[in-house]
Amino acid sequence: MSEALLQVEDLKVRFSTEDGIVHAVDGISYSVEIGKTIGIVGESGSGKSVSSLTMLGLTRTQGADIEGRILFEGRDLVALPDSELRKIRGNDIAMIFQDPLSSLHPFYKVGAQLTEAVLTHRNVGKAAARARAVELLELVGIPDPSRRVDQFPHEFSGGMRQRVMIAMALANEPRLLIADEPTTALDVTVQAQILALLNDLQSRLGMAIIIITHDLGVVAEITDEIAVMYAGRIVERAPTDAIFSAPQHPYTWGLLKSIPRLDSPRGEELVPISGRPPSLIKRPSGCHFHPRCPYVRDEHRKIDPKLEPVPGDEGHSVACLLPAELRTRIWRGLEQGETSATLRHLVVEEAQPVRAHATPRVPEDVPE
Amino acid sequence: MFQYIVRRILWGIAMLFIVSAVVFLIFYILPSADPAVLRAGRNAGPAQIAQIRHSLGLDQPVWRQYLNYMGQVFLHFNFGYSYQYNVPVRQLILNRLPATIWLTVGAVIIWLSVGLTIGIVSAIRRRSILDRTTMTGSLALISAPVFWLGLVSLYLFADDIGVWKIFPGQGAFAAASNPLQKAEAMILPWLVLAAATSAIYARYMRASMIDTMSEDYIRTARAKGLPERTVIRRHMVRSAITPIVTLIGLDVGTLLAGNAILTETVFNIPGVGRLLYNAIGVSDLTVIQGITLFGAFFIVFFNLVVDIAYAYLDPRVRYS
Repeated sequence: MSEALLQVEDLKVRFSTEDGIVHAVDGISYSVEIGKTIGIVGESGSGKSVSSLTMLGLTRTQGADIEGRILFEGRDLVALPDSELRKIRGNDIAMIFQDPLSSLHPFYKVGAQLTEAVLTHRNVGKAAARARAVELLELVGIPDPSRRVDQFPHEFSGGMRQRVMIAMALANEPRLLIADEPTTALDVTVQAQILALLNDLQSRLGMAIIIITHDLGVVAEITDEIAVMYAGRIVERAPTDAIFSAPQHPYTWGLLKSIPRLDSPRGEELVPISGRPPSLIKRPSGCHFHPRCPYVRDEHRKIDPKLEPVPGDEGHSVACLLPAELRTRIWRGLEQGETSATLRHLVVEEAQPVRAHATPRVPEDVPE
Repeated sequence: MFQYIVRRILWGIAMLFIVSAVVFLIFYILPSADPAVLRAGRNAGPAQIAQIRHSLGLDQPVWRQYLNYMGQVFLHFNFGYSYQYNVPVRQLILNRLPATIWLTVGAVIIWLSVGLTIGIVSAIRRRSILDRTTMTGSLALISAPVFWLGLVSLYLFADDIGVWKIFPGQGAFAAASNPLQKAEAMILPWLVLAAATSAIYARYMRASMIDTMSEDYIRTARAKGLPERTVIRRHMVRSAITPIVTLIGLDVGTLLAGNAILTETVFNIPGVGRLLYNAIGVSDLTVIQGITLFGAFFIVFFNLVVDIAYAYLDPRVRYS
């Protein structure tokens, strides 16, 4: 195990609104090692973007109430004054966003926006900054960079714009790049190109990457580890392989079953996760996922699960009240094409062992 | 860019033709009073009126009148003769224009510097006491009629009738002989004319800034690590001010076209607005018509300036 570049410890971000307190991020912890890629996956409103914006202090202006620690190279970004944090932003930690068109200033030439990024953190002349801008455009694979540096963002295609955003983020050779839905606004073919570019740049520049997305398919190829977020919390965290081969959380199952896969049987239907994301002001009691969980038991409405290690699986943790053995059985069933409707009896029968036709089950320890 | 400018100029010329046709319609086809009767004066007999009608060309067919009028306006820049003073309307307007330009330029400088500054600061310090105070104050200023504000300011500050005799009052501009005196005489009119407009600009700028603040590219600017001052100055204000440019063009155009009529009347400034006010009072139709055409010219011209400025400010416009 290499050294942790970034360590998020019990981060909580709350916003006071007229309707009440929004618990956008509710006690998440994870770490990113040097040169590694972590994916943060969740639907909109799961707190995935807020947690990374908070890292850069970009939620401070919105009156966020922030608790916990974000240690970056030993310094706590939560406690850092604005002026110090500003020196880290765009320098040691850079960020790219979902919509590259609206994220670039429409009135300034691409070159001006790139040199601005360079000049903010480096004491170099204008000519040197411009040369760097051209070099950056070349680095991200934009053809004819010395000409395109003098063009405006609207003269670029969507994929090229995202490349410009990446070039801007790389201006000062950050050690951590946060990519917030970097491919969501792009065509599918371009998505793959941008992901390949990120992968390639990472191996060349050795930076760590956090990819935030709602699409597990996007992060499958390029992440080392994945954290699945739901209602402001991490509900499952595991190495990428384990997320795909032995997912533990019903929400992760839902995500996996809702993306198309080449290796799934022909004709298998994609299953959406029923229900809607919960309100972050009045969150569901017990396990926050229970209103949408097909495998819910009565006690799940009362007990709030903690993120705990999965027995026998190093580095894999999950916040689920179902017994580990049962989770494995359900996932195996789902993999074989069964649906939550046909599998639900596993959960219900266990809870009601008195039923006459119940098949014998191994007694299970239900976590408190 | 060149193509764009040419297109805008052609459009501007087309606009002038349309406007002059509308003005012709209003003043020749649907006049509120018979121009010949007005011109003839009070005690004129029918024969006299008929003779004037003939000399003004009002007995000719409408299409000939129209061609005549268009030829005079566009080829000779001739707007006819004032009934009241019997001098060319063009001359009257050109004589009055300097005072109006004095008034307009000063007021524009004041309302831009005051209005935009207040707008920017209130947007950044949204919901602060400063924001609430200036926004409430601006509402009061917008609601205050110019003639009322003008009279109150004279009553309080004019050096003849004022409670505090600080600034030159009514008629001081006409009496002033050098630019310094003229500027001094303009202080009260400038402030009065700029008051409501500053308030409107402050509110517009504030709203525009607040819109801009939530743009993704502002988040990008912050994520770059730019100092907040630079984010505001180079990224927010630059975007937020662009829609304001349209307003400036229109407001300057209408002011030069005699829209400062109330301010000029209250302070007795011999400008285009006052000329218009007098002309309306005595139904001097050719003068009213001339000022209308002049005004249309200014508005079309400043619209053109705005369009070109806009293309300069917003690169996306150049290519559409």
